[in-house]
Amino acid sequence: MARNTEDVTSDAKTVRLSAATRRARQRMVDDGGTPSLRGTIIKIILLGIADAAAFFVSMLLVAKHQWTYLAGVVIVTLILNFIYLRRGGLPAKYLSPGVLFLIFFSFSVVVYSAFIAFTNYGGQHNGSKEDSISSVELGAMVTDTNAPWMDVSILEDGNKHFYFLASDNMSEFAADGVTPVPHYYLGGEDFNATTGWHEITGDELSKVSYGAGLMGYDIATGYEGFTTLTIDQVTQEGAKFATLKVPLSAQIDTDGWMALDPSAAGVQRTYYDAKYDAATDSFTRLSDGTVFKADNSQGFFISESGERLNDTGWQTVVGLKNFNTIFGNEKLRAPLLKIFSWTVIFAIASVLSTFILGLALSLLFNDDRLRGKKIYRAIMILPYAFPGFLSAYVWKGMFSFEYGFINFNILGFKPGHGIPWLAEEGAAKWAILLCNLWLGFPYMFLITTGALQAIPAELTESAVIDGASAWQQLRLIKLPLLLVSLTPLLISSFAFNFNNFTIIYLITGGGPSGDPSLGVDVGGTDILISFVYKIAFSSSQGADYGLASAFSILIFFIVGGLSLIGFRRTRFLEEVTE
Amino acid sequence: MSTVVEETYDRKVGKRRMSPFRWLATLGWKHLVGLAVCVYALFPILYIISVAFSDSGDISGGLFGSFTFKNFEQLFAGDDPDRPFVQWIINTVWIASVSSIGSVFLSALAAYSFSRQRFRGRRGGLLTLILLQMFPSVLGLVAIYAILSELYKYVPALGLNSPWGLILVYLGGSLGGGTYLMYGFFNTVPKEIDEAAKIDGATHTQIYFQIILRLVSPILAVQMLLSFIGISSDFILASIVMNKPDQYTLAVGLGLFIDQPYSKNWAMFCAGAIIAATPIVVLFMSLQRYITSGLTGGAVKG
Repeated sequence: MARNTEDVTSDAKTVRLSAATRRARQRMVDDGGTPSLRGTIIKIILLGIADAAAFFVSMLLVAKHQWTYLAGVVIVTLILNFIYLRRGGLPAKYLSPGVLFLIFFSFSVVVYSAFIAFTNYGGQHNGSKEDSISSVELGAMVTDTNAPWMDVSILEDGNKHFYFLASDNMSEFAADGVTPVPHYYLGGEDFNATTGWHEITGDELSKVSYGAGLMGYDIATGYEGFTTLTIDQVTQEGAKFATLKVPLSAQIDTDGWMALDPSAAGVQRTYYDAKYDAATDSFTRLSDGTVFKADNSQGFFISESGERLNDTGWQTVVGLKNFNTIFGNEKLRAPLLKIFSWTVIFAIASVLSTFILGLALSLLFNDDRLRGKKIYRAIMILPYAFPGFLSAYVWKGMFSFEYGFINFNILGFKPGHGIPWLAEEGAAKWAILLCNLWLGFPYMFLITTGALQAIPAELTESAVIDGASAWQQLRLIKLPLLLVSLTPLLISSFAFNFNNFTIIYLITGGGPSGDPSLGVDVGGTDILISFVYKIAFSSSQGADYGLASAFSILIFFIVGGLSLIGFRRTRFLEEVTE
Repeated sequence: MSTVVEETYDRKVGKRRMSPFRWLATLGWKHLVGLAVCVYALFPILYIISVAFSDSGDISGGLFGSFTFKNFEQLFAGDDPDRPFVQWIINTVWIASVSSIGSVFLSALAAYSFSRQRFRGRRGGLLTLILLQMFPSVLGLVAIYAILSELYKYVPALGLNSPWGLILVYLGGSLGGGTYLMYGFFNTVPKEIDEAAKIDGATHTQIYFQIILRLVSPILAVQMLLSFIGISSDFILASIVMNKPDQYTLAVGLGLFIDQPYSKNWAMFCAGAIIAATPIVVLFMSLQRYITSGLTGGAVKG
């Protein structure tokens, strides 16, 4: 299709050739030609560098056991090598570098945003279910306060395995009720592979050597065939020993283990208070027997009474829940409508104010008799040339209350008596619009000047001859013609301001803050996109990426729909579809 | 040409002198309005310049009440490890350079292909690019953050907190941003040039790199500078990717100064702003002609 209607264009004049000639010429262009030696060498070197990088990344992935990602990297690398090593297939050679980046950092961003919108991904749900289970288990590790505290010596065997040699002076006492009857225990870090945890009795006692303990009683300090670590050795590697577990039986999960106390002088039984059972996909809290079932629709372990076991849940697909929150939450409805209407008002007011000022100026300066136009023009473009983020910061400073440039120097208020530009909602909205007018009018001035100059002089001349007043010329001739050519630009300017995050975020941060009881901070000047940013990145309640993405998708449809209308009015799409 | 016109015009005016009232009614008031608009356009800029050269950031006494280079000296002295201003300049320049060169290279390759070669999915590809362009990167923030934090887990050099991660994101947007514009440029280069070179035995890479790219190189350079301006002014992506002060770009880092207007920091912020803005403003003004022609093509400065 495209090939048959293809024109061979050389500058302005168009030459129509027969279909056969055009096909033949296209074939010639599509054929790459005989590769030169130099070109081939450069190609091999570049491809080699790419392959080396891919190999490096693959090694990192192998080290982390990420097989899915590894497969992806390998496949992409193979495809790239295939594209560049075979002869022909020119389009792929030119397109693939850009397309690669496009797929991973643009296309995937769109697709992934859409996916996240249907999940509960966020600060409370940022990992897999496995991560969540292990974090619950970590949190459920408790010291058994009913079990005796025992003095300990840390031993090492010839194979670098560590052992606890413990002396229990608290469980049994002599007839006087004060003198302890000691019990001695020994156990290694792996119950099955090393000497398992057991009490030292009978003949084995003869292998134990004794020393003075902290409590004034003798304790076991050595065992035949093992080296006892000195206090210095233990404290030097404190972290290693703090997590050392000596299992009480082969079932460490149910029976628990001995663990060092923070002083490293004693050990006590430690166990998981909540235990995960894969068969029923639930946790049981041992202290009271409560069962917490995995709720895969919420990403939490929840008991029958509704109690939540974990604060850190896992990421899971929640269907339309985020969209229900947006459209169905009664409490949020009013604030959301407020944000939405301010977004629309802000975008329309920004476009209109900048357009009207820009148009007025371009009409004013579209006068050949006026001198110094170039100087005026250069000065007026300055706000547009100035980086937008800096302008926003600067205006924020100028709007400051007490000694702000605007309150104090321009309006002449005494300190403390000025307009609370950033603290009061109405004033803050005006402040933002004023700043945006400053930022935006040069752009409108430039485009309206361009469009005005494109209007044929004959049209206005004939209107003048017909006796049209200046106002009539503008209203009946210039404005309608201008709007025809400028409407797409006005629409894209609307779309841009609809998402003008920088100006809102940097000037007011969306503030002043709204009703704190809502749970989300709905600021007085928040537009949708700054609100989304708050939900995702600066919420006191913990980030909710899912909800933020759901908003993003909605905004995309609003803005995308508008832009499509705008583009349809230009010849943009027609050109592409040739 | 235009000077000639002005001269004849001046002579005419000289002949029949305009009365002062008439001048005021036709042109004078326009100058007055023009002056007013210039004041409006200039006062925030005069304000920062004034603060930047002020002694303490307090200019309640009026513009240019005091004049000192102290703030600039302090910026470059680098004695505040939390605000490494020189490092920010270096970061900004190299990140924006690599990204803009890379993105122009990538989109020029693709645009050439769309312009010269005919293949299945060509039309669909161009349309997809235009559609993706409509998805502003602000909306993809969460996904970009998630993708980079996943990358960070396995290939830290390309993930969060890494300038390369940020560059990857900028490059990802390059095809959507620049290809369509360059497609137009390549279309203005006659196809006969390719064909003639082909008949002379040139390979496709020789044609592309040695003939076509050289022909469009002025436009590529402009495109690259525009992309440089855009990237060095980006606040939002840089702010979510970079988390440590010594990794910040100017756009993110300068924000650290403005906790309190009318303080020493505020003066340093304004000094920094002048340094950050001057090259961009100069670039912008010198490229004005290209920017204004691009404007009517539907581009909006971000």
